Amino acid sequence: MFFQRLKFLRQYGIIVVLIVLVIFFSITTSAFLKTENLFNITRQVAMLGISAVGMSFVIITSGIDLSVGSLISLSNILCAKLMVEGGVNPVMAVFITLLMACLVGLVNGAFVNLANIPPLITTLGMMTTLRGISYVLCNGYPIWGFTEKFRVLGQGYVGPIPIPVIIMILIFILGWMFLNKTVYGRYVYGIGGNEEASRLSGINVKNMKYLVYILCSFLTGVAGMIMLSRMNTGQPKVGGGFELEVITAVVLGGVSIFGGQGKLIGVLIGVLILGVLGNGMIIMNISEYWQQVVRGLVLLAAVGFDNLSSRNLKNT
Amino acid sequence: MKKDVILSVRNLIKNYPGVTALDNVSIDFMRGEVHALVGENGAGKSTFIKVLTGAIQADSGEVELEGVVHSGFTPHEALFDLGMAAIYQEFNLVPDLTVAENVFFGKEITRGPFINMKRMSSETEKIVNRLGMKINPRTLVKHLTVAYQQIVEIAKAVSKNVKILIMDEPSAPLTTNEVEHMFELVRALKKEGVTVIYISHRLAEAFELSDRITVFRDGKHIRTMETDKTERRELISLMVGRELGETYPKKRYDSDEVILKVHELCTEELLKNISFELRKGEILGFGGLVGAGRTELARALFGADPTESGEVFLRGRKVHIRNTSHAIGVGIGLIPEDRKRHGILSEMSVKENISFSAYRNINTFGFIRGKEEERISNDFKKKLDIKTPDLNRKVKNLSGGNQQKVVLSKWLATQCEILIFDEPTRGIDVGAKQEIYELIKDLAEEGKGIVLISSELPELLGMCDRIIVMREGEITGSFMRGEATQDKILDLASGE
Repeated sequence: MFFQRLKFLRQYGIIVVLIVLVIFFSITTSAFLKTENLFNITRQVAMLGISAVGMSFVIITSGIDLSVGSLISLSNILCAKLMVEGGVNPVMAVFITLLMACLVGLVNGAFVNLANIPPLITTLGMMTTLRGISYVLCNGYPIWGFTEKFRVLGQGYVGPIPIPVIIMILIFILGWMFLNKTVYGRYVYGIGGNEEASRLSGINVKNMKYLVYILCSFLTGVAGMIMLSRMNTGQPKVGGGFELEVITAVVLGGVSIFGGQGKLIGVLIGVLILGVLGNGMIIMNISEYWQQVVRGLVLLAAVGFDNLSSRNLKNT
Repeated sequence: MKKDVILSVRNLIKNYPGVTALDNVSIDFMRGEVHALVGENGAGKSTFIKVLTGAIQADSGEVELEGVVHSGFTPHEALFDLGMAAIYQEFNLVPDLTVAENVFFGKEITRGPFINMKRMSSETEKIVNRLGMKINPRTLVKHLTVAYQQIVEIAKAVSKNVKILIMDEPSAPLTTNEVEHMFELVRALKKEGVTVIYISHRLAEAFELSDRITVFRDGKHIRTMETDKTERRELISLMVGRELGETYPKKRYDSDEVILKVHELCTEELLKNISFELRKGEILGFGGLVGAGRTELARALFGADPTESGEVFLRGRKVHIRNTSHAIGVGIGLIPEDRKRHGILSEMSVKENISFSAYRNINTFGFIRGKEEERISNDFKKKLDIKTPDLNRKVKNLSGGNQQKVVLSKWLATQCEILIFDEPTRGIDVGAKQEIYELIKDLAEEGKGIVLISSELPELLGMCDRIIVMREGEITGSFMRGEATQDKILDLASGE
């Protein structure tokens, strides 16, 4: 009986955490449960969510991408520079920036595939390099003065729904289809579960790795564009620590860091938990320092619980 | 030596949800005997060992060791207080420590606070010599061959003065020569009065080595027999519960059409000038010792490892196989030797495993055609009689024989014209073996070209139209069906 309850919790535990948080903040603060605030939360986590979809692909293949935070910065600076100093129209600038993001993914994949450098090291190096390039491009100064239209991407609405949220939901749906309905999704899980067995099953593992790193960088580029539109200024320091936040959301959502396991629905909930937690604590006027402590503890508690319960399940 | 009962197991029962793993098992073991345990996969042997080594607790029953009754004990007690040790197929050795450090791991000989390497080495040497072997105790374990690592495992057990040593499939990782050495070791242990419980799928070993044989089936102790009064056929029928011989099906198909031609294939490390032809519907065997280069050849043909030079022709057309994906594209499949590491995707479902290599054919713009996936996996489940409650079950929950069938299904689903089987029956019980032989025969009759790599000579002799023998990366000879004998193959394989 106890283990049955545990099994239930393991499957839905992460939802329970989200619900408990929502109830907690609804009771303790009056501002939390307002429609406007709820939309506000989802808009705040949209960038995190979009990048987390790509990160999930990478982590399920048992890789990791630490360069996403720096890529946010570089895409912000590049796009801003193109629009302000290059006079490129916003659509074209965004397109070029996304192309650059894909190139970053390609380079990540190349180091992993060709030089056989572990993803952690490859993307660690990339993280520093991209951040550096970002500062070099703008000399450390922010870039601003975009056309009014560019703000639509990050600040616009369709009816009551913020555009970033619509993009995030769309990307989660497409990501879900990719993972569950296409052969590539199966290969992603297969490679993460047993890379050599997948290779010996005739899967082109290298191409798949290129694909996931490119997708991760591309989606991060999309998140970066939303970021730029919301801030309305290109700043090189933006996206610092973003990679850790994305990885936290993915792991919180139940994706195994060893690869081969995890569902996007869990990742979405992981993203929402981080959003609710951050928003709720701000409303409660908890200091930024304590917020960090709480976020860290929530991750440890959620993953720890998950591991303990799965061990118990094995014993039954 | 006087034979007395050292270990008596009585009325052991162990239930798992839905399965009775041990059903009222009672056996006596004599001091200094070699006692073989045989039975199909899932017969209860593993559970039995686990109870003896304290890894799991039986639901009821007792274990009497030298007159003292125990109802339950921990692994630590089993090893240090009771003197029962087990050696599994995967060794529990620390590769970066020396032989002596491994032998005395956990109970190092010390002088003051320091480890006394000198004495540990000399003690290790004594133990190994007593077993009639020679190893430098200061060698790092990772530099030893599998066979020597096994000797270190055994020395480790002997250093603890074990009375009962359980060996689980000890011959599986060894070459034919090494198996002989291991037998000598077992006999040396026996002389010292150690009781050896020997578990093996290879019945020949049980007959050669053991004093008595116990048969397990469906968690029950079926019978314990004196080895020299037992017939092989009788033993097999006790194991499977029905009359069944290890018979090889007769193939009715031949063709002169060459579908694969390999010309002077070389790899950087091992293979030298490998040339052969494979015909449509032919079963071509590859014999040789472990390390002769057969698996390397299979992998090179399949594009899993790079080749240095040489040519491969498929139906007369020259191809250069770049990678495994390309290999399947041109119709070459490899069923790898190591099922757990290279064959199955254990966390994925039966359905996904069966379709995994065929997804390339059953998608529209990358989207899987779900109904076709369902149909293919269902077909193979029926055709190969894969025992699973449903197709969405994770493969890791299936028994070894059924996992192998899933791997085979994956390859059959690709419709490859040429299939390379690398040790397809290793670690599989008699019944499943028979089914796999039938399957290979059927495939050949459908006109596929089969390469069969096997270390079991009777299997090669029984199944193959032609047998090629390899040694140290080279082909040393070949035989047509009927020409070959075990001795001839062994001569060519060992170079004597």
